Amino acid sequence: MTPEVAHACFTQLTRIRRFEEACAQCYAEGRIRGFLHLSIGEEAIAVGAMRALTPADAVVATYREHGHALARGLSMRSVMAEMFGKKAGCARGRGGSMHLFDAATRFYGGNAIVAGHLPLAVGLALADHRLARDVVTACFFGEGAVAEGEFHEALNLAALWRLPVLFLCENNRYAMGTALERSEAETDLTKKAASYRVPAQQVDGMNVEAVADAVAEAAGHARAGRGPWFLELLTYRFRAHSMFDAELYRSKEEVKAWTARCPVATFRERAKAAGALTDDDVAKVEAAVRAEVADAIAFADAAEVEPVAELTWAVTRREVAP
Amino acid sequence: MKTTYREALRVAHREALAKDPRVFLMGEDVGRYGGAYAVSRGLYDEFGPERVRDTPLSESAFVGAGIGAALGGLRPIVEVMTVNFSLLAADQLVNTAAALLHMSGGQFNVPLVVRMATGAGRQLAAQHSHSLEHWYAHVPGLRVVAPATLEDARGMLWTALQDPDPVLMFENALLYNLEGELADDAGPVDLDRARVRRAGTDVSLLCWGGNLYKTLDAAARLEREGVSAEVVDLRSLRPLDEATFLASVRKTRRAVVVDEAWRTGSLAGEVMARIIEGAFWDLDAPPARVCSVEVPIPYAQAQEQAALPQPEGIVAAALKVVRGG
Ligand SMILES: Cc1ncc(C[n+]2csc(CCOP(=O)(O)OP(=O)(O)O)c2C)c(N)n1
Repeated sequence: MTPEVAHACFTQLTRIRRFEEACAQCYAEGRIRGFLHLSIGEEAIAVGAMRALTPADAVVATYREHGHALARGLSMRSVMAEMFGKKAGCARGRGGSMHLFDAATRFYGGNAIVAGHLPLAVGLALADHRLARDVVTACFFGEGAVAEGEFHEALNLAALWRLPVLFLCENNRYAMGTALERSEAETDLTKKAASYRVPAQQVDGMNVEAVADAVAEAAGHARAGRGPWFLELLTYRFRAHSMFDAELYRSKEEVKAWTARCPVATFRERAKAAGALTDDDVAKVEAAVRAEVADAIAFADAAEVEPVAELTWAVTRREVAP
Repeated sequence: MKTTYREALRVAHREALAKDPRVFLMGEDVGRYGGAYAVSRGLYDEFGPERVRDTPLSESAFVGAGIGAALGGLRPIVEVMTVNFSLLAADQLVNTAAALLHMSGGQFNVPLVVRMATGAGRQLAAQHSHSLEHWYAHVPGLRVVAPATLEDARGMLWTALQDPDPVLMFENALLYNLEGELADDAGPVDLDRARVRRAGTDVSLLCWGGNLYKTLDAAARLEREGVSAEVVDLRSLRPLDEATFLASVRKTRRAVVVDEAWRTGSLAGEVMARIIEGAFWDLDAPPARVCSVEVPIPYAQAQEQAALPQPEGIVAAALKVVRGG
């Protein structure tokens, strides 16, 4: 691990963690509303995966996507402004936490129908494939999506047409309160992918380097025209499903065991042990991120809401005047 | 007794599960989690995993399984978290549940109850806020109801379970926390009739579900303007209780329909058409409607509220119908 890589990864991990902690705080204060799903505990996946993608690649994510958006390069200001429902937000305040979008970085949401976006990812890859663009589409989803028909239909199509889609399954063990073994007869998800002839492997989703390496390898295959790839990234959500969750379905001991594997802290310690990160670096990153989060909140706070006169703007493409 | 809409629904479920061994509840997170809107909290512990059955995220599959279970002699209550997700099961509901009886020459009826949340107002943006009950109200073979009061939350479920055909129950998500008094002996209610929730003489305001309270609010404001508004809660969206709302309109000679769906193709349009067909010569003014602005419901609070019917808009529409101009 080089100091540059260590610094970059630690910075992104810290940005996501502190950003989401601030979101929880703003939510408690009523400044962020609606549904808010935090990815605290799962940050290594977004950070590792984005390291393996190029700017030309496409990203499609779920409603638990703040980390993906930030790691992909959306500005913290635009994401926070979106959470605050402001026009300066990356979706003009129309989407909120669950629907972050950004054309500039090919970030296609922020999708809140479980598995509803998998067919979309397949379509993006189909277009890229037909137009001979040398890019891949990275599609993130939770293990809950595996139960939906659209998961199966999408994997089959991508495999059948040998499309460059990376199916990145963030297995955090629970779909809301439903543990995987309470919803799937076959809990080895790689077997399901393999049955569609999609190469599949399990990866430690708490480890940034492991994720980055696996996604890079998968992307290499997809770019070489060998079709889709499935990664089951083993992880854990440290916080509640959303802000309305009594967490009746899991034990405190289990949560504690997983938080001991915190992807941010373990990365920091590994990087320090490897001599790629110093205590001084850590302090500087923390300070810079604290300032960035404070700036994003101040920006979002001061930003304007979209005027009601613009409510119907862009319902159809025709109305999108320059 | 003092209770909430959520609690009234829960009591109705408990009663149904206790009274009829054929009844069971299934859906995403209805069991251990306690229900996405906490309607079924506690029932899993009380009745066990067979009768309060958690399902995978497979709307099409578990709604379809509900149809099969109903055909097989059970009395399933299927909870779909929201009407938005019911679109993943629309094939099952429209092509099978609704059609089977007729298609089988009258042989196979589907005694299935499907409940789901509907409606906006909680800043949940465009994939969790839409009101699509009128799409189902379009379909022959389905019965569609919208409980708006504690009595209906308490009483509609049991009656729906006695129905030999599929019943879709739409619960406006803003109503779950509604508090109020419910008679200790409250029980099953009819599913057929609209109800006059407030009597008046100058204009009929027709609504259902979550809009009942905005409409009652509008009626109170109209009273301060010297206009006496009658509020009719349709309750049943399919079939429509034309007799009740036409009687009201014939009496007041004016009508405003309030609907949280978009105006184009709305149930409000259907109700207006029935008024034109059935009471045209009794009208003193063209009927009007108040619907949502034709946009995907946005997240930002001001925009969301601007998109939805509001008491001010209902008042304005009613005044225009009453005073002209
Ligand atoms: C089609 C559909 N059904 C139900 C829901 C409600 N819902 C939102 S998130 C969720 C759990 C999904 O779990 P998973 O896919 O494992 O992702 P995670 O939330 O754990 O990241 C459910 C049931 C939904 N949004 N879409």
